[in-house]
Amino acid sequence: MSWMAWTLPTAIFFATIAAILVAMTVYEIKSPCVERKGFLPIETSRGDRLFIGLLTSAYIHLLYVGLTEMTLWIALAISCVWLFIVMRWG
Amino acid sequence: MNKVENNRAWFLVTPVFLLVAFSAVIPLMTVVNYSVQDIFDQNTAYFVGAEWYREVLNDPRLHDSLLRQFIFSGSVLLIEIPLGIAVALMMPTRGWTASASLILLAIPLLIPWNVIGTIWQVFGRADIGLFGWALNSIGVDYNYASNPMDAWFTVLLMDVWHWTSLVALLCYSGLRAIPEAYYQAARIDRASNWAIFRYIQLPKLKSVLVIGILLRFMDSFMIYTEPFVLTGGGPGNSTTFLSQTLTQMAIGQFDLGPAAAFSLIYFLIVLLVSWLFFTTITHLDKAK
Repeated sequence: MSWMAWTLPTAIFFATIAAILVAMTVYEIKSPCVERKGFLPIETSRGDRLFIGLLTSAYIHLLYVGLTEMTLWIALAISCVWLFIVMRWG
Repeated sequence: MNKVENNRAWFLVTPVFLLVAFSAVIPLMTVVNYSVQDIFDQNTAYFVGAEWYREVLNDPRLHDSLLRQFIFSGSVLLIEIPLGIAVALMMPTRGWTASASLILLAIPLLIPWNVIGTIWQVFGRADIGLFGWALNSIGVDYNYASNPMDAWFTVLLMDVWHWTSLVALLCYSGLRAIPEAYYQAARIDRASNWAIFRYIQLPKLKSVLVIGILLRFMDSFMIYTEPFVLTGGGPGNSTTFLSQTLTQMAIGQFDLGPAAAFSLIYFLIVLLVSWLFFTTITHLDKAK
């Protein structure tokens, strides 16, 4: 695996993503979701909202990195709050 | 009533899953790992955090090629989609002419990318190329190697020549799938040709058009070989698109870190645009 040049932060990142996917799968099997309409302009299922939340989080990080010099933890915090909002009310 | 759900068929997906993991997921993870490090050789790598992303996001060279890329992909879609529909509408539907036109349309799709580039490189030359020579002899000052507008024109024309067939073939198959009963109903209502197109053919073509638009967007967004062979990205940087900038960075200068950061941004753009396209169109369907 050395050619993949793993670092601790990226390993944690991918482990988190994998954990989220596994958790979502288990949750979906335990209680299947129905599509609903929140503040997003389209009807979304739980997985749709997760995808939207993660993709926008990536853009939040890019915007943050491109425009400021501050620590990335703030961007991460903003993204987590945003992801929660999208999952809950999106 | 209790219906027993059997999900074992999902195991049939395993080969694809493994293949995609091997060919896409693992390389993508590696790119992510590269993008946060400064790599000198196999044993010497320094963690630099978001430094490469910051550098790439503030690089004017990349802003320019991103802008060029969007203009190019936009023009490709604006030209090829209507043109493809028009060609498909005009194609004969039966007899030997139908087969002949299908074969003729398929020919550009069978030619390898670098050959396409070479064909147009020669074709557009003013001294030995028929196209360039003809344009120059009727008084048009055309030289794709020195004039950026001519270079753009040639690259676009080449792409239209190469890929409109794909859109036309997709639309042709979509048109053939419309049952005759719709046309009969339209004739009874004395619908005009335009009305038939607008209210029968276009709606029925929607699903193939989605695929066509997506394919053409993704393909044109990662175009590399044809402009590389035709103009080499020139004159200056006027036809250097994203993938070529990326290659220069990764292979030419061997800046693996910034190149990895850049390709992830590239990936996110493609992901967002494709998702937007797909969602908009599938949800338009549901709204009806």
